[in-house]
Amino acid sequence: MLRQIAIVSGKGGTGKTTLSASFSYLAEGRVMADCDVDAPNLHIILKPEIEETHQYVGSKKAVLDQEKCVKCGICQQTCRFDAISFDGERYAVKEYACEGCNACVLKCPTGALKLVDSLSGEYYSSQTERGPMIHALLKPGEETTGGLIAEVRKKSVNVAHEKDINLIIIDGAPGIGCPATSSITSTSYVVIVAEPTMSGLHDLERIVKTVEHFRIPMGIVINKYDINEEQSAKIERYCDENSLEVLGKIPYDVTVKTATEQAKPVVFYDCPSANKIKEIWNKVKNIVLKG
Amino acid sequence: MKIAVLSGKGGTGKTTVATNLAYSLHKKGKKIQLLDADAEEPNSHIFFDINYTSEESVDILIPKIDRNICTHCGECARACEFSAISVSPKHIMVFEYLCHGCGVCSMVCPVNAISEKPKSIGKIRWGVTKEGISFGEGILNIGEPSAVRIIRQMKKHMNENVDDTVIDSPPGTSCPVVETLQNVDFALLVTEPTPFGLHDLRLSVKTIKGLNIPMGVIVNRYDGVYKEVERYLKTEGIPLMMKIPYDREIAHDYSQGKLFCKDKEEYVEEFNKLYTEIEAKVKC
Repeated sequence: MLRQIAIVSGKGGTGKTTLSASFSYLAEGRVMADCDVDAPNLHIILKPEIEETHQYVGSKKAVLDQEKCVKCGICQQTCRFDAISFDGERYAVKEYACEGCNACVLKCPTGALKLVDSLSGEYYSSQTERGPMIHALLKPGEETTGGLIAEVRKKSVNVAHEKDINLIIIDGAPGIGCPATSSITSTSYVVIVAEPTMSGLHDLERIVKTVEHFRIPMGIVINKYDINEEQSAKIERYCDENSLEVLGKIPYDVTVKTATEQAKPVVFYDCPSANKIKEIWNKVKNIVLKG
Repeated sequence: MKIAVLSGKGGTGKTTVATNLAYSLHKKGKKIQLLDADAEEPNSHIFFDINYTSEESVDILIPKIDRNICTHCGECARACEFSAISVSPKHIMVFEYLCHGCGVCSMVCPVNAISEKPKSIGKIRWGVTKEGISFGEGILNIGEPSAVRIIRQMKKHMNENVDDTVIDSPPGTSCPVVETLQNVDFALLVTEPTPFGLHDLRLSVKTIKGLNIPMGVIVNRYDGVYKEVERYLKTEGIPLMMKIPYDREIAHDYSQGKLFCKDKEEYVEEFNKLYTEIEAKVKC
């Protein structure tokens, strides 16, 4: 049976990719999916060779034919997204703000507006040392992050079925909005990486509520726990009060920085954080693959 | 001036820079406003003692169907670009979480069975910090997909009666970031000296170039080991405006919700110097 594990965090920069890259080497047979399509980093460590590039047309945008435009301004009044600008001479569609709802097209009295497909990004089927990887890159300023992530997820499920692999590891997107939720929907287990700071705890509470919303089991990893043990204790207390399992606490370790600089997974090094990550992976594996 | 503090990668120190910059400028007598536009995970408030004075809801208009009038013709479902309405011969359903609030369904309904009702997707809180910095923050409701409209409303309603506004931006390069960057005078990028930081910095630079906003970069947690970020900035001709050293004390202050400028007064001067440089770049 196919299992999917998502590694997420409310706050960015807590160590999602560091953990995902190490899991990718610890797992025996997996498909990796980088769902942080906005600022993907996993490929820097896993160095995938791209086998196929897929264009992603995820949205539609209104385009305005200036020759047909009679400058009545109805489109601007109709648009609820402030996506039509007027510079005193001509009307124009602000591409980044247009959500492709078609309202302006319906209201335009001269047929000067139409809705067209818009390229929102690319996704890639790739191969790494330890198995397949699906990743993507969103066009800057695009809104269809969730849609592109859904494509990455779909493709990784297909590849897993084709290659008879029963595990997908997802490096998730930060935040609690559509990129984050698209990274965790219909997964078997969510690993949340938290850092022991006041903002870390604040963001943890919001991502926990978001995961609860989808009723997916989860566990918490506290990264660099010894940077502030008082805040770590607060996170543990919070987890305890909310019946959340703390999967492990990774110590601050300069080797992690070295590993990142050398673009290698931390588990390639013999260091305290690597040992802890291995321990955490064994726990996750037992919960997900045997549970 | 309106200065947006942003970074492609999360966790590089946007909030650290935005809060300390706002504090430092205020300390030197400027009338400052700090806006937290990272509405998915707003954190700036942690660093200040804030007296909240007002709160506003951010609403979108979603369809309200009068089932006595609806003929189940299906026009609305066909017109909806977001598949937020489903119509069968006996039922009509609205999927609120898919609805963008564009109004097309009520526009096309031939029997006027669709009116609209507001639905809150988040809120904006306004206040003043104990020091006297004007403060605003957007907060997206859990389960809502996009903070763009919260950011837009916050920028519409912000305090215009200040000398400068510092905006703590969301991470990444997608639409919330582009929304944050509308009408700002300067983009201050924060990065870290790692291959991750550099990769995401390149994406941010591409986005900002597309918007034609002057920019500069701060390297946070600088330790002199990884030099690629500096090399990249040199070839691109983007000014490296400040290096904040890797320092456990600064990290600890952050973890405790404390402004590091309060411990290290010399940085108040540093941030004011940075401001003068930004001013020169915006004016030319």
